[in-house]
Amino acid sequence: MTRLINRQPSRYSRLMLGLLPFIVLFVIYLVTSDARLAENPSDKLLPSLGSFADAIVRMGFEPSKRTGEYLLWQDTFASLQRLGIAVGLSAMIGLVIGVFNGMIPYVRSPLSPLVTALSLIPPMAILPILFITFGLGELSKVVLIVIGITPVIIRDIQLRTDALPSEQLIKAQTLGGNSWQIILRVVLPQTMPRLIDAVRLTLGSAWLFLIAAEAIAATEGLGYRIFLVRRYLAMDVILPYVFWITTLAFAMDWSLKRISILAFPWYHSAQGARND
Amino acid sequence: MTKHEPPIIQIKNLWKEYGDNVVLERVNLSVQAGEFVSIVGASGCGKTSFLNLLLGIEEPSQGEILLDGQPLDPEPSVERGIVFQKYSVFPHLTAVENVMLGQEFTQSAVSSCLLGRLFGTARRAAKEEAMDILEKVGLAAAADKYPSELSGGMQQRLAIAQALIRKPRILLLDEPFGALDPGIRKDMHRLTRELWAEQKLTVFMITHDLSEGFELGSRLWVFDKTRHDLQAPERFGANVTFDIPLSTGQEHHEHLAKLQAAKPHTA
Repeated sequence: MTRLINRQPSRYSRLMLGLLPFIVLFVIYLVTSDARLAENPSDKLLPSLGSFADAIVRMGFEPSKRTGEYLLWQDTFASLQRLGIAVGLSAMIGLVIGVFNGMIPYVRSPLSPLVTALSLIPPMAILPILFITFGLGELSKVVLIVIGITPVIIRDIQLRTDALPSEQLIKAQTLGGNSWQIILRVVLPQTMPRLIDAVRLTLGSAWLFLIAAEAIAATEGLGYRIFLVRRYLAMDVILPYVFWITTLAFAMDWSLKRISILAFPWYHSAQGARND
Repeated sequence: MTKHEPPIIQIKNLWKEYGDNVVLERVNLSVQAGEFVSIVGASGCGKTSFLNLLLGIEEPSQGEILLDGQPLDPEPSVERGIVFQKYSVFPHLTAVENVMLGQEFTQSAVSSCLLGRLFGTARRAAKEEAMDILEKVGLAAAADKYPSELSGGMQQRLAIAQALIRKPRILLLDEPFGALDPGIRKDMHRLTRELWAEQKLTVFMITHDLSEGFELGSRLWVFDKTRHDLQAPERFGANVTFDIPLSTGQEHHEHLAKLQAAKPHTA
């Protein structure tokens, strides 16, 4: 094996190589943080591990002095609720419209141009309109996420539906299926794992819209908190929050992948061994 | 199969054109119930167009195809079962579910109209019938496997079982064994011949393999162009140039030799 493209790291070294960049980044942080703190002990930009621990305890495990709530959990719950409702709604709308767009020409003709146009509107640009229309409460935040990611899901599902081999649809017709039965038994089940893929891919944007909406108008939420404490340069809170958001996003992505593998074994076995 | 019975398929002055490109011209044929028609011919000579016309996913430019004296449904329906070279089975259903789907699509039960599913006794009956057919094609042991877990030959067996469940009047095979190994092909030939005899099917099979056509069919059609215009090859369509009755087991080598001698330009 002299060619680089043929050399495979072993299982163990793959794990080590995967961890290496994280360790390097961590060490770089520690060194620079130490250097800055040595020069100015009240430096706020790169806090020490100790201040992180203090901030985490203060935010997550002690009731807030002002409201008596555990802020981290309150923020997490508020954000996850918004995100869950919005992503669930988008997935449902995306699936229904995407499948009907893909399967029924008389639905596609009026809807497809509209969906394309809507998907090109930058959602942040209409955020003021949402605040004016839906008020500053939960609804406008959910609507922002829905508007942001639904067109993407619709277009993805429509493409996947179009890509079903025509042989399958012909076969289903020769078995006596009508349009509804074929959509229900042949198209929809084959679209479900792709819906999960689409949701996984749009989760990043969903978080982006969530945090943007919370930053502008909210009284709780992970994004709200980050933008609140920014005023005090409280990096000791911001960085753990960012880390926590990343962890949540990773957990969601991972669970969706597991659900897909468990619920749709035929999809993953047909795709071969690569399940990432 | 006396000639007094009305033919199951009548093809009357059939033309198929795509714009200026004439694919089929003046096809006049009739087929009796129970015949096994093998269709061979060079690529691009209209075999697939002909099958699409029979299947109902394309419409003739002129002329008509009659099934039992009635014009064909202009869209695919249960009278015409189909097995394609691939993508014939549904990847998200196990083998037995693939076969049951045909019964679950019947319009008689409320649950199948609403959900495309059967429940309770109807479902058990459907499953039993599906298992019978799977048994016949030798897939009973693989009933709960997904198509991706089956070999190519097994997938084609499944596709045939699935096509037979609604008892189609005619069975269309579009190069069904083209992607299989020679050994498995032999098995599939045996199975097809058995099912044809047992279920009294009328079969149309497109094949690239001339000897396969001779071996399986009770009748062989060769699609070819009878007229050629070197400046505009698309101006003339193909027709059935040879219509050879075969009896199974008959020595067909002389036919084969004659055919190959007759059309060296299509090789």
